[in-house]
Amino acid sequence: MIFWQIIRFALGGLAANKVRSALTMLGVLIGVASVILLLAVGNGSSVAVKNSITSLGTNSLTVSSGASFGGSRSAATTKKLTVADAKALADPTAAPDIKSVAPVVSTSATAIYGDISYTPGSILGTYPAYFETANEKIAKGDYFSADDVLNSRKVAVIGSTTATQLFNTDDPVGKTISLGGTPFTVVGVLQTKGGSTGFSDPDDVVIAPLPTVQNAFTGFSSVSQILVQATSADTTTQAQAEITQVLMGTHSLTDPTKLDFRVSNQASLLTARESTTQTFTVLLGAVAAISLLVGGIGITNIMLVTVTERTREIGIRKALGAPKAVILGQFLTESTLLSVLGAGLGVGVGLFGAHFKVVGIVPVVIPSSVLGSFAIAVAIGLFFGSYPANRAASLRPIDALRHE
Amino acid sequence: MARRGRARHSGTAPTPETETGPATPTPVIQIRRLTKAYGHGDATVHALRGPDDPETGLPAGVSLDIDEGDFVAVMGSSGSGKSTLMNILGCLDVPTAGRYLLDGIDVGHLDEQQLSLVRNRKIGFIFQSFNLVPRTSALAQVELPLAYAGVRAAERRKRALAALSLVGLSQRAGHKPNELSGGQQQRVAVARALVTAPAMLLADEPTGNLDSHSTEEVLQIIDGLNATGRTVVLITHEDEVAMHAKRVLRLVDGKVISDVRQGPVVGPPPVLAAQLRQRAANGELIGGRQ
Repeated sequence: MIFWQIIRFALGGLAANKVRSALTMLGVLIGVASVILLLAVGNGSSVAVKNSITSLGTNSLTVSSGASFGGSRSAATTKKLTVADAKALADPTAAPDIKSVAPVVSTSATAIYGDISYTPGSILGTYPAYFETANEKIAKGDYFSADDVLNSRKVAVIGSTTATQLFNTDDPVGKTISLGGTPFTVVGVLQTKGGSTGFSDPDDVVIAPLPTVQNAFTGFSSVSQILVQATSADTTTQAQAEITQVLMGTHSLTDPTKLDFRVSNQASLLTARESTTQTFTVLLGAVAAISLLVGGIGITNIMLVTVTERTREIGIRKALGAPKAVILGQFLTESTLLSVLGAGLGVGVGLFGAHFKVVGIVPVVIPSSVLGSFAIAVAIGLFFGSYPANRAASLRPIDALRHE
Repeated sequence: MARRGRARHSGTAPTPETETGPATPTPVIQIRRLTKAYGHGDATVHALRGPDDPETGLPAGVSLDIDEGDFVAVMGSSGSGKSTLMNILGCLDVPTAGRYLLDGIDVGHLDEQQLSLVRNRKIGFIFQSFNLVPRTSALAQVELPLAYAGVRAAERRKRALAALSLVGLSQRAGHKPNELSGGQQQRVAVARALVTAPAMLLADEPTGNLDSHSTEEVLQIIDGLNATGRTVVLITHEDEVAMHAKRVLRLVDGKVISDVRQGPVVGPPPVLAAQLRQRAANGELIGGRQ
């Protein structure tokens, strides 16, 4: 029996019930497309997290208040981070591997320009060193200067999202916005960083000199973070040790296991975020895999109906001398064709769908998911088709012929 | 039936005597003490039983020989076992007991794979309800047994077209069953049955669903096939159809009650022979006028 002959019989069988075949294929199509698309969304969000973290700068370290993981969390011994801590870190003799230090306070307030009112994602008060450390580039205007910081000038650099929200297409540089009642002059607009994680937009930000923000909003007692830039990517480990050393001194701590601050570098941030998105991806993949399985059961179901419906035809073919293997091959080919066509279309739909943003995440297709889901779909066609096909092939010709 | 004389119970004389010539045809079908029972215990029904064994009182089974080139009509009312006999002869069903030799092969010892080969090579089926494969053109129908036999496409097409033209349907090769009349469908089925050049044609009430005109056409084709030496076993309950056969078996309750020879094994079947004689006579008449 020639291979092409079997394919032709199978195609004829599928064409006989076009709507039914199309709906069965749709089941597989949705399964494969959702596997590809959901894994791409998961992967896309993890890529976005990675990008946003590396866009912070590869040799930057973040010091934040609170006990390190595993350390004791006793409120009495916790000292907040202060500007004094930042100044101590900036001492080149105590910390030779630190290039620059930028204490950061963050707050939130409503910004008003003309009759437009908008609440930016965050309002940061910091030193000019922040821009280089956090890898923020200016697109229009200029950064504020150390002089602006010393004189507590009411100037601000805004992110691209904030600029669009408040000024639309106008040039924001030189305009004055009101932040929580305090007027600030916009001196610069940052370049779009992108890499939104779906939770926060790094471009939705207002950055102003530290003392100005402290004066207007947070007060002078403490800062939320200290952003530290190591001299190079290779010295981040030494810089981290130096930060710990210096801050233990200023916080009068002796036990290195009981710190009231933590220093995180990109690697630790990356792993923490990646493990979250990994879980996310696995969950999405599991949901998609279930839909693929349901598609496979759809194939079994429809093939069983087909076999029952065509029992008489099977009987005729057997009477004409069709060997068991040929009948088996015909129905197995039919179910496999269903899954191959469905999976092929599913790959097309999945790849096409990956061109669109899904809930703010740009999907990034994983090539192995395309191959994998296609292969699994074909295997499902073979596996779930084998039961009905076997049933068809083992029919006794006399029973099949008598079937009404 | 008995009025035709020479009725004979099967089992006593396996080979009906040949009335013509010295040629002794070899039997294409030999069945010995064949029984078929359905159900178990008290509820057992013997669809084929043959005469009761005089010693044990149990069914002795049907024994029968059919010669090569013969045209046998099996008659009987419904429930007489003729369909069961036909299914066993066609290797579609297996007997409960007894031996069945088809073209010298003991079919009882064959496995599923070999049986499908036997059905493909040795037997051509013609069914009452045509049993064409739906949505398939006449040509593809006729090619089907050849495809299962592994014949190559070009050869297959050639032989299928030849078979179709033999039944007068070469103009309808591309038509699907639902585009053909009942008579045409049955002729496609006949073409399909004979395309593999099987050892025997098995026809189960081939004219049961046809009008008288189509019946005549189909029977004419079958007569012609038999005249060229093809063995035909035909099941019917119509006397007009049975008239075409060279030998008529009657079944009642799973027993062969009569076995009548209507024509010689060799040569055209009776109806065709009469037509030929008629034509020859007319030809002489015309010739005489000139």
